[in-house]
Amino acid sequence: MRKKLGLSQDKIDEARALSKQICTPVLEFIDRHSSVTVERATLRLAGADLANEDGVPVPNLVVQQLASTPDGLEGGALRPYLTAMVKTGLTPEALNQKIADGLKLTEFSPIPDRDLELKAGQLIDRAEARIQKNRAFRKEKQAEGKNHDPLLYLIVATGNIYEDVKQATAAAEQGADVIAVIRTTAQSLLDYVPYGATTEGFGGTYATQENFRIMRAALDEVGEKLHRYIQLTNYASGLCMPEIAAMGALERLDMMLNDSMYGILFRDINMYRTFVDQKFSRMIDAWAGITINTGEDNYLTTSDAYEKAYTVLASQFLNERFAFAAGLPEHLMGLGHAFEMDPSITNGFLFELAQAQMAREIFPNHPLKYMPPTKFMSGDIFKGLAMNSLFCFVSKATGQGIHLLGMLTEAIHTPFMMDRYLAVENAQYVMNAMAGFEDEVEFKEGGIVKTRAAEVLDRTLAFLREIAQKGLFESIAQGDFADVKRPKDGGKGLEGLIAKGDHYWNPFESHLKRVLHLSDGSANEGGLQ
Amino acid sequence: MNLIRPYGDTLNDGKVQLSFTLPIPDGARALEAARELVLKWGFKECEIVHSAPLSAGFTFFVAYAQTEITIDFDTVVADEASKEAPMTMDETDDFIRQQIGRKVIIVGACTGSDAHTVGIDAIMNMKGYNHHFGLERYREIQAYNLGAQVPNEKLIAKARELNADAILVSQVVTQKDIHLHNMTEFIELLEAEGVRDKFICVAGGPRISNKLAIELGFDVGFGRGSYADDVASYIVRTLKERLDHPRI
Ligand code: B12
Repeated sequence: MRKKLGLSQDKIDEARALSKQICTPVLEFIDRHSSVTVERATLRLAGADLANEDGVPVPNLVVQQLASTPDGLEGGALRPYLTAMVKTGLTPEALNQKIADGLKLTEFSPIPDRDLELKAGQLIDRAEARIQKNRAFRKEKQAEGKNHDPLLYLIVATGNIYEDVKQATAAAEQGADVIAVIRTTAQSLLDYVPYGATTEGFGGTYATQENFRIMRAALDEVGEKLHRYIQLTNYASGLCMPEIAAMGALERLDMMLNDSMYGILFRDINMYRTFVDQKFSRMIDAWAGITINTGEDNYLTTSDAYEKAYTVLASQFLNERFAFAAGLPEHLMGLGHAFEMDPSITNGFLFELAQAQMAREIFPNHPLKYMPPTKFMSGDIFKGLAMNSLFCFVSKATGQGIHLLGMLTEAIHTPFMMDRYLAVENAQYVMNAMAGFEDEVEFKEGGIVKTRAAEVLDRTLAFLREIAQKGLFESIAQGDFADVKRPKDGGKGLEGLIAKGDHYWNPFESHLKRVLHLSDGSANEGGLQ
Repeated sequence: MNLIRPYGDTLNDGKVQLSFTLPIPDGARALEAARELVLKWGFKECEIVHSAPLSAGFTFFVAYAQTEITIDFDTVVADEASKEAPMTMDETDDFIRQQIGRKVIIVGACTGSDAHTVGIDAIMNMKGYNHHFGLERYREIQAYNLGAQVPNEKLIAKARELNADAILVSQVVTQKDIHLHNMTEFIELLEAEGVRDKFICVAGGPRISNKLAIELGFDVGFGRGSYADDVASYIVRTLKERLDHPRI
């Protein structure tokens, strides 16, 4: 990538230093805490699965049982689960069935730490083997076939996993490299992950481990036929971020929507809870080689894309810092941004071009995830298609990594099969016709593009300085991001936050920290490559 | 009588543009199937101008067709909340001062699992939308915007607590008719609590029409491109009417 904007490296470095300063106190808070879903994710990695007759998942049953003991969850949820496993001599699968049938874990007397560590070691090895197998398979398939550049990313959202499979298969045949299965509207507010295959969703399909498996198998099959590995994406957002990440890791998902602040701003989930959850979920992503997609594009749906461009860049810096702190390497950070300016702005295209190029230069090794116009899409689908063409142009001209295809019917319904086809056809036309454009073009000194990029960087710096002053929690409370105000102790899920006790035990977390080269409270740049 | 038909380049030529997908593989038979299907819909002529395979079993078609069916434009009644033009913010405030003589209380939310706040904010927040101020800006209106993902029960409880004159319900997600379930539940809850008549019930959202809202038991519905002016005018005029002619 050739730098063309002449942005000040000193300013970029200062922005990174400020981000570190902003995130450090938050990370210190995170390291002292766990949450019900962090515990459930840990249980899932250890093998907890299944649900009881009422549909309550086994990880929830375990956590609920412990929550009603005097010590609650401050010691973590794994110890009692493994104690029961050792004492009964059951496999995780057999134990899960017993728990679903009503087995009380709290009735087992403690066993020596030695035995617990031994059992934990076995389960970690089992999980590690599965993750390494997934990583190796992905790597092998990606080397075999060729994907588009940028990756073409399409969404399916029928609500029915079997219908999704049809749409996803068709989308892959049309040219998609990445399929995202959008989640049903209410899922982010559920403090559990439903069990089994599902056919009833609104505006999306439930994220369940079985649904992941069904879609994974279908995409592997069509990928084999097309000689192109098709990546699968889901959403680690809401009240179950780390659990979704754990399931995704086990079922070989390749990307995860995983933003450090989205849940707070757009789903009104408590900020402390979200920060704790996002870190563990990202550690799992890093371990499994899952590329995260961050959600800065969403800011521009509630605030103005031209005015608030600096909030996107600031958030990218913060997301990057939180991602480093969770062990993610740059090449797994799909930082988000979007083509969302009011189409009536004169030279809007140039401003979009400037910002996309700016993101590219500031985050050169990150597979930036570029989102299409949504807010100003209307019932005029013909104009919508024209807007999408310009979006494709900017994406290709600035070397974006992950290109989410815009739908001409964005303002009307979740995509029909033909909407996706028209989107892919449009993108392929535009991107082929201008394949060498990026390399051909320089920007004029003092021109609109360079000026705009410099201006956004300057405002971002000022904004980060302001946040560093008041602290990130306060900044969110005051509505600095997305024009959305969230009180510190408001929102959903705060009751599920856990202060780690002295004897907190989570060997999976320790294992992840070890393999990801992380130390407590660190905002370091460790991580798997 | 004013009989009209679609217009292409000659008055009443009846030209229509269509696009659709069929669950069959592309090919000569597919083209013919598409053409015959369009004719079965009542079109007189049809030309399939484009087809493309979407996947092994699905094909996309673009068609131009001609219809002879007309409508008498003189008989058509618009689906509008009100035939009267909306008042401006100042006019509405004057109306309230002169005709109602107390503050008008309005509570609103985007309900159920729907997390879209931009629409209800456009109507209620100070700033408004597209250079139309929102209800919070009105001097004579006390507006309470509860935000998104608000359960119907909570919205109703708040309205009762504040003794509201009107309740605003926003619904943006419509997939699998989730909005119909949610709006129906809202009205049923009001009825169960015996307070339906206490409130002017206003629904809104990009897929909400006035007709639909009324069918579901609301007093009125506002769709795409509506502003606080429309909503405020409707509410204060209706409120005045109800104060003048109380229902028993
Ligand atoms: C912004 C946006 C979001 C943002 C919302 C941010 C926020 N805080 O509001 C985010 C990213 C969070 C989001 C999430 C989702 N979204 Co969304 N989103 C949109 C988008 C791009 C714009 C909506 C918007 O803000 N419009 C601008 C406002 C001003 O317009 P409006 O809502 O129509 O409001 C006007 C009128 O309708 C009316 N009005 C509205 N409400 C009321 C109420 C009253 C009382 C009155 C009088 C008038 C009124 O007045 C307003 C001003 O004129 C639309 C696509 C589009 N271009 O329309 C999709 C869209 C609405 N979203 C959609 C979906 C499916 C979702 C998700 C379910 C996706 C998922 N599975 O996760 C989630 C929803 C999660 C949930 N729990 O609800 C679909 C809905 C499809 C359908 N018909 O069911 C759309 C159409 C996109 C698509 N094609 O798939 N979304």
